Amino acid sequence: MSSKKLIEEQIERRNFKKGGEVSSKLKSLLRKLGVDTQVIRKISIITYELEMNIIIHSEGGKITAVIANDKVKIIAADDGPGISDVDKALQAGYSTAEDEIRELGFGAGMGLNNVENYSDQMDIQTSKGEGTTIRAILNV
Amino acid sequence: MKLSKVVELLEAKVVLEEYEDMEIETACGADLMSDVLAFSHSKTMLLTGLTNPQVVRTAEMTDIEVICFVRGKKPVLDTVQLAKEKGIQLFYSKKPLFESCGLLYSNGIRPEQLQEIK
Repeated sequence: MSSKKLIEEQIERRNFKKGGEVSSKLKSLLRKLGVDTQVIRKISIITYELEMNIIIHSEGGKITAVIANDKVKIIAADDGPGISDVDKALQAGYSTAEDEIRELGFGAGMGLNNVENYSDQMDIQTSKGEGTTIRAILNV
Repeated sequence: MKLSKVVELLEAKVVLEEYEDMEIETACGADLMSDVLAFSHSKTMLLTGLTNPQVVRTAEMTDIEVICFVRGKKPVLDTVQLAKEKGIQLFYSKKPLFESCGLLYSNGIRPEQLQEIK
């Protein structure tokens, strides 16, 4: 099976109103492709967490989703500021989000944890001051 | 339990005009959407004091079909519009979260099975 790009969408910094639109779009596409509902649910949660992360923590970025060889790969790439301590960021409950974000129900320190838990494979490439790219792969 | 029974127990009001009287088996009470995304893993009802559109987005991603806002909070217009678009049923109750959960639990609604955090 050849690889097929499902979405490639820009995410704006701090645009909470649009938060979730990209994940929603991907969810509808996966439904049309007939992907298993439990897998869609996992992909949707991962994409939504990554989308909110870009909105909350970065200077803006892009989410791409590709389907190939029975795998879905979600790539979230942003323009900074980078994660200073990845191990800490992956700890359940650790968050650098401000009160404004917590009032929205986020910033509980579960975001990256959720991405890791729901994916079959995940990696984080980050460079302080430059940006972060997170890849999550799921078997479908 | 039928949703209409849940509505009666919580003395809840429906936000959109009509609702589908579906079967409710489990519920979760949370104001942290990241926790809902982390723990909620079956079709369930969400009780929350948060009223922003991200609550509906969270429900959409986790396949939650019913949300009841507690503590007398009514959702903002953006939240209602998004719920309508996504087919998510909205209610609100004057009861606090603790009492709402207690009422549902003592009448047979069960908690969800939580997934362990790695």
